[in-house]
Parts: sequence; C-alpha cells; structure tokens
Amino acid sequence: MTLLSLHGIRKSFGAVDVLHGVDLSVAAGEVVGLVGDNGAGKSTLMKTITGIYRADSGSIEFDGKDILALDPGQRRELGIEMIYQDLSLAKQQDVAANIFLGREPTKKLFGLFPGIVDKAEMDRQAAKMIERLGAHLPSINRSVGSFSGGQQQTVAIARALTFNPKLVIMDEPTAALAVREVQSVLDLIRRLRSEGIAVILISHRLNDVLSVTDRIVVLRHGRADADLITAKTSMNEVVSRIVGGGDTSAAAAHEQRG
Amino acid sequence: MASEMAQPGFWARVQRASVERLHIRLESLVVLLALSAAMAVLSPFFLSLSNFLNILLATSTIGVLAIAATFVIGSGGLDLSLGSVMGLAGVAGAFVAVNLGWPSVFAVVACILAGGLAGYINGQLVTRAFVPAFIVTLGMLGLARGLALVISQGRAIYGLPAALVYIGQGRPFGIPMPVIILVLTAIVAHCVLAYTRFGRHTLALGDSEGAARAAGIRVEHHRRIIYTLSGALAGLAGLLFTARVNAGDPTAGINYELTAITAAIIGGTNLFGGRASILGTMIGALIMGVLQNGLTLLAVQSYYQQMAIGAVLILAVFIDQYQVRKESRV
Repeated sequence: MTLLSLHGIRKSFGAVDVLHGVDLSVAAGEVVGLVGDNGAGKSTLMKTITGIYRADSGSIEFDGKDILALDPGQRRELGIEMIYQDLSLAKQQDVAANIFLGREPTKKLFGLFPGIVDKAEMDRQAAKMIERLGAHLPSINRSVGSFSGGQQQTVAIARALTFNPKLVIMDEPTAALAVREVQSVLDLIRRLRSEGIAVILISHRLNDVLSVTDRIVVLRHGRADADLITAKTSMNEVVSRIVGGGDTSAAAAHEQRG
Repeated sequence: MASEMAQPGFWARVQRASVERLHIRLESLVVLLALSAAMAVLSPFFLSLSNFLNILLATSTIGVLAIAATFVIGSGGLDLSLGSVMGLAGVAGAFVAVNLGWPSVFAVVACILAGGLAGYINGQLVTRAFVPAFIVTLGMLGLARGLALVISQGRAIYGLPAALVYIGQGRPFGIPMPVIILVLTAIVAHCVLAYTRFGRHTLALGDSEGAARAAGIRVEHHRRIIYTLSGALAGLAGLLFTARVNAGDPTAGINYELTAITAAIIGGTNLFGGRASILGTMIGALIMGVLQNGLTLLAVQSYYQQMAIGAVLILAVFIDQYQVRKESRV
C-alpha cells in the first residue's frame, strides 16, 4: 500500500533550480534510502515533504490525501515526522518541552482555566519514551543544550516517535555518532519497519543504507535518477549511480571497507 | 562533562531549584535584598511603608513595560518603541477624554488600542516585510513620538475626567491603583508565559526559530501576536502614567525602553531569547525602582541615575552571558 507519493516535485530558490520534477513513492512499513551527492537536493526534497518548504509545482499525497497545501503542523498531525540533521532542538528548554513542542498536553487549572500545560504528564511520558529507546539521560529536567551530541539526538528521535508517526524521515542520523550509537540507530530503523512505520533514510554512509533499507533511491541533479531494490543491487552500482557512470570500482571498494 | 559526574554544590542546587520552581534567578533576588539593605543603611527615609508604596508606584509603569519587553525579548525579538508607544497611547487617551469629551471608558480603550495598533504594525513589518525588529521598532520609536506630538500639538493635554484620574491616583484599601493593576497584569502574564502553550511556544521560538517551525508552530503568526501584545501593554503603561500625572504628556516615556529592557534582562531574560520569566522581570523592575528611589533619597542628581541605569544594563548582560558560557554548550 502506498503511503507517500510525490509526482513532479519542482522547487527553486531564486535562480537556482534544486528539484526538477522528482517522483518518489514510499509504501507503509518500507525503509527507503535516499542517497546522492552534496547538492543533489536530498534535504530540500525532504523539507517539501514535511512542509518547511512549499513545492513550486507537483503533487504530494500522503495516506491518500493531498497534503500540498498543509503547513508543517498539519502534516505532523497526519503522521509525518522528521529528524533533522541539525536536530532542530530548542536548546534552552528541557527534554519534555522539546519532545512535546507544539503538542503540549493541557489541563484545566482548578477545573476553571483551560489551556494550562500539564507539565507532570509531559515529564512522565517523556521519561517513558526515553526509557523505551533504551537511552540514558542525566536528567529529564535539564536543558538539552547541556547534553552530548548523542544524547541530544536521543531527544530528537524521541520527539519524532512519541506521536505514533506513519513516516519518519531521518536526515543523516548517524553522521555524528560513535560506532555503538550508529548500531542502535540502525536497530531502531529495523524496529520501526517491523511496527509498520515507513522510514526515509538520508545518509552518506552507504554501508548503513545497504544494510537497513528495502529500496534505494538515487537523487541526481534534482531528479530521482535511479530506484534500486536493495537486495538486488551492489555498492558498485549505487556509487556509480550517485556519481553518474564511469569506472567507480575503486570508490566502491573504498566505501565497502567502510 | 565533569558537571554530570560531580554532585552539584549547595549553592548550585538552590540556584537550580529557584529557577525551576519559581522561575527566578537567585542572583537577582540577592541583588534586590542587598541593594535594599544598603539603601536602608544609607538613608533613614528608605525603610517606611509610605516609601515602599512610593517605590511600587514608581515601578508600576516601568513594570508593565518590562512585562512587554520580557515577552518580546523572550521570543527572540526586540521592541525599542515601548517608551514612545506609551507616550502616544497616553496622548491618545487624553485626546479622547478631553478634546472629544468622550466617557473615560473610551479613553481607556483608546490607550490600549493605540498601543496595540502600533505593536500590530511592528509585527506586520517584522514578519511580512522582513525588516529587522531593531530597525522596525527604532523607526516606530520616532514615528510614535512624532505622532504623539502632532496629536497634542506639542503640549500636554490637561483636564482629565475624575474617573480616569482615579486609575492613576486612586487608593482602594490604601494601595495605589497602578500598583494593583501592575500586580494583576504580572500575575496573568506570568501564568501565560510559564504555564500555557502560548508561553512555551514563545520561549521555544526565541530559543530556536527553526525548531519551532519544524515542530509545526506558526512562527510568523506567533510573532505578530507578541508584538501586538507588547504594544497593547505599552498602551496600558501609557494609561497608568497619564492617569497618575493627570495629563496626556507627549514627552512621557522617553528612555523608558532602556529601563524596561534593563529590568527584563536583570530578571533573567536571555537577551537572545529562549529564557524569560515574569516573576524574574518583576524582581528586575523592583531593583530598578529601589535604585532610582534610593539615589533620589540620597539626593543624587537624576543625570547620574540615567548613567546608573545604563551601566546596570551592560553589567547585567555581561553577567548573564558569562554564566551561559560557563554552564552550557549552546
């Protein structure tokens, strides 16, 4: 069942055309790798899915609904979450504030004044989510700016997973992590798939992409240049599609070694 | 890293508890008490109920402006037009009451509406025309002041109706009306900033606009509300001032933005947004009030008071930034 389908997405910034009509579809519970050179348009494409950017033309359907006109908040409501490369955390706020940003649960104060943020409920659920991810944070009431990079990423991941998403987009989730942390992110992606949650993984680490995805889409010069079944492709083919032909065995061998 | 291992000291724990539970920076409370103690020693007139009420009365206008400054700065913005908008609002209210001869209720509405409108224009220009807040509100500082002078033809408007003057000079239960209005405004503002989604989004926005946008908060819309709110609060301050001095003075509020922003920063508002509390700001406003009152009692010329306020602003930001660098990786 197709969860997300993009048709002919175009986006330009002033005179710079970044996307020239991208087609992409993701099925429910599918893990799709999105690879391509720097400047190929990966992050821009993802931001047109989350609604941070408005596509100039083309169509985006999610769960059978046209979502082109929706803002980022409405798209999150439908179940699209993204873990940004810069994590997009409010660093002076604490863990629960970040996880629930934009969706704070509220209660009535003295049964009279509505709209009071239920901090206790937020803390409780945030702690539960962090625990479910098997992570350890020094304190849930500390500002996230005082955490290490890996801990901050845990918070970003927890934010993306707390509201039962249908699609999680991860932009370079392993770029800044230590070896063990990389493995736990890859395990997480497998777990999401087993729960029927679709994942789009943007990564330069082709080993990770080959080991965890079902399909690999290569973005090149603002187009979806290749759509490869992971089980039937090879490092060599992926690398050659990214750089656009020629002899790439040396580069592929280098990538293979990791 | 080391801080995660080491058990924080007693002072650090009290500091954190104060910030987390009361939303007050402990340092500012200590400064307020120390300053008050010093003034009490230096001047025999300082410690008395009437002087205490004097300080609160003098703080009421600045306090309301400082609340506005707290919201705007907490959201990562800036409003330099607070003092001028306050002057414009006061003149607008006096004009409605005296020149048009309308009932006092309309004058009250005119004050807040004039302020809110100026703030709304600030917000529109910042979020739709992409002119930096510094320039927009600096321009509004000139525009509002000029308009106040035009409306009043350069002279103070006298002869306000008694009902309007009561807002500034009335003393129900012996407590000055402006003080009552400040306290009520501060309580509401504190609850909004600390306990509602609006308040949390305000701070998140000041912390990281990108994070707020990614979380689905309508960033521009939110900023427009905050600037409008800031203007409306400046309008309220204008009402309090006009009613207290019994005149719509077009030069009212000159340099008040300096004091208001200083009070907000002393109270623990991060100059670059993301951290702010109304209780803290009220402590900051009291510090400014005690400072001015004490210097006046000590017969220090008002020129020096102006210098003191400026110096305190720079010192407060220095201390704040020093702590931020020391504590976090932001």
